[in-house]
Amino acid sequence: MKGRPENLSPEVEARPVILEIEGLTHYFDSLRAVHDFSVTIKEGELVGLIGPNGAGKTTVFNLITGVYRPTAGSIRYEGAQLVGLPSHEIIQMGIARTFQNIRLFANLTVLDNVLIAYHPHAGYGLADSIFRSRRYREREKAMIERSQEFLEIFGLADRQNDIAGSLPYGLQRRLEIARALATQPRLLLLDEPAAGMNPQEIDQLMELIHFIRDRFQLTIFLVEHRMRLVMNICEWITVMDFGEIIARGKPEEVRGNPQVIEAYLGRQAIR
Amino acid sequence: MRQLLRNTNFTFILGAGLVFILVQALISVGVLNAYWQGIIFWGAAITMVSLGLNLIYGFNGQFSLGQFGFYAIGAYASADITYRWVRNDPSALVVVIFGSVLALVFMLGVSAFLRRFYGVATLAKFLFHFLAAVLGFFLAVRFVNPAIGKSVYTALNALPSGLSQQIVFFLALVGGATLAGIISYLFGIPVLELGSDYFGIATLGFTIIVKVLLDNTDTLLPFPEMKGARGMVGIPKWTTWPWVFFTFMAVVLVMRNLLHSSTGRAILSVREDERAAELVGIDTASQKILAFVIGSVFAGLAGGIRAHDMAFLHPTMFGFLPSFNPLIIIVFGGLGSMTGTIITGFFWIFLLEGLLRLYLPEGFETWRFVVYPLVLLLMMLLRPQGLMGRYEIAFLRRPLPPPRVKESPPAPKPIPEAGEVAV
Ligand SMILES: Nc1ncnc2c1ncn2[C@@H]1O[C@H](COP(=O)(O)OP(=O)(O)O)[C@@H](O)[C@H]1O
Ligand SMILES: [Mg+2]
Repeated sequence: MKGRPENLSPEVEARPVILEIEGLTHYFDSLRAVHDFSVTIKEGELVGLIGPNGAGKTTVFNLITGVYRPTAGSIRYEGAQLVGLPSHEIIQMGIARTFQNIRLFANLTVLDNVLIAYHPHAGYGLADSIFRSRRYREREKAMIERSQEFLEIFGLADRQNDIAGSLPYGLQRRLEIARALATQPRLLLLDEPAAGMNPQEIDQLMELIHFIRDRFQLTIFLVEHRMRLVMNICEWITVMDFGEIIARGKPEEVRGNPQVIEAYLGRQAIR
Repeated sequence: MRQLLRNTNFTFILGAGLVFILVQALISVGVLNAYWQGIIFWGAAITMVSLGLNLIYGFNGQFSLGQFGFYAIGAYASADITYRWVRNDPSALVVVIFGSVLALVFMLGVSAFLRRFYGVATLAKFLFHFLAAVLGFFLAVRFVNPAIGKSVYTALNALPSGLSQQIVFFLALVGGATLAGIISYLFGIPVLELGSDYFGIATLGFTIIVKVLLDNTDTLLPFPEMKGARGMVGIPKWTTWPWVFFTFMAVVLVMRNLLHSSTGRAILSVREDERAAELVGIDTASQKILAFVIGSVFAGLAGGIRAHDMAFLHPTMFGFLPSFNPLIIIVFGGLGSMTGTIITGFFWIFLLEGLLRLYLPEGFETWRFVVYPLVLLLMMLLRPQGLMGRYEIAFLRRPLPPPRVKESPPAPKPIPEAGEVAV
């Protein structure tokens, strides 16, 4: 199959496709940020996308989530074409993401951040809010309880009424993942979740990623520009450089690929 | 009793009730003469406009300079309804009420229809909604009014005269507010997509257009009774303290309850980070339209209250310079603070239109717009978050939910075993 390594186990290959990207190309004016990108991800996989800074990884995520409209190409999620849909509809279809530079609602409380992501599932309308109907009270209570459960899972329960922007960096990252999960996704896109973390925090993060994947039965597509996290947890990896795919395979294969070493480690050595 | 006093809802209602009775008593005894009554009513009206603007700008982050346009629409529309009514002409009442209902129904139909298509161009969306609204009002003028105008008039007049007057006034206020809401919706569709700065400029343009139209109501528009730049006279003076009080309380309660709901949080999220909001599944365009329409309905309602207190309307009341009052008030009071807006709104009118007008020499009028910007500038330098920041009194504050009571003892690790928490 296109967009995947050849040598994955038949058990995985038998699963349904969740995300299928073909021929994805995007230009910022004359700058070619992504060129002929393709990837096919099956349900329950944990797939990595790596490449040096500026390779076009974040742009791929932005294209999937409708932040930009691709110059060319197709993005299918569970069979539905995403190109041209507004972002909020894509999210409501079951895709959630985090940001490379954390984007919390910094002046609102930790709990509010999660509650906002629940809004499409609030289950009550404007009239209920204005007249404080019984449905408002019940649904609001249920929403708060579910959000609090999330905060507990992420170890944020005792910070629920703190202002999100005041949390230490590591907790902000966690909160961002909690908020993404509150949208009730089946596919989670993580953009450099380990950015700015020390090795010990990265270990905790790896544990967390495994935990949420099992707990919420997620498919995870993960961007990193550092190798450590990806090599440890991803089942297979796609490598990009200058907007193009230069390699694909299991971590150990990619690690030994001379093209990857050149594009990646070579430049890092220069830097 | 002490328990009751600790209940914020109870204390608020008690306090509001006391204010209502106190002011009513002062009016009845004659301590508050017509002049000071007018100041209180005016303060309430401007505060309602400002609360609406705070919803749009302070809570939703969209910079609007157009709220005086909607204030004017509410004032003139409701005034036209009652003006004609007391002259035995129910046409304005019937057209505004039934036209609004038809327009709303048609516009709802259009949005439901357009929702089936992806990527409808904004301008096309606007055009379809506009045509739906025009059709609604056209049908009301052409068919509904000739058909039922007379019977509505007879039916309402069969009621005791005091009651029918109150009903007509109520419908006039609702009609003016609805009309302001419909127009803001139509205006918001194309303009809110531009982003906050352009939105500010476009809404400023809107205020100016409304002012120009008001100057020419008798020539460009078919409303000779509004008398264009000469000013509309002969509006019944129906605004009383109970009307002011209950309209004002309705605005405060609606805004509070909205902000304390999931929709309210969605509105806030747009202000905080529009892109992030969109990417957690919030339809940010709808939230912006919603805040804008509700804010404009408040302005329209305030216009009706003001018009029937003045009994006289003039286009200069809605001109360029006074249109900055709500902005100054919410910046002073604190963007994102209802409490601040309420305090500053009343204080602003009390001080500038009440006290200073009595004690300062005539020429001060012309100096006001030198003084205001300077005061505003000082404010922004010394206390940019406004007097109140985002402070709210307990009744208006969004409640902080208490921590969850755990059934099982807390897990020592932040990540509990799977299945322990049912999500
Ligand atoms: N909004 C934008 N406008 C113009 N150029 C952009 C924009 N976003 C990203 N780019 C450019 O596209 C290329 C890919 O960027 P990005 O996807 O952020 O890379 P990565 O996430 O792999 O580090 C870079 O050259 C970057 O400068
Ligand atoms: Mg990036």
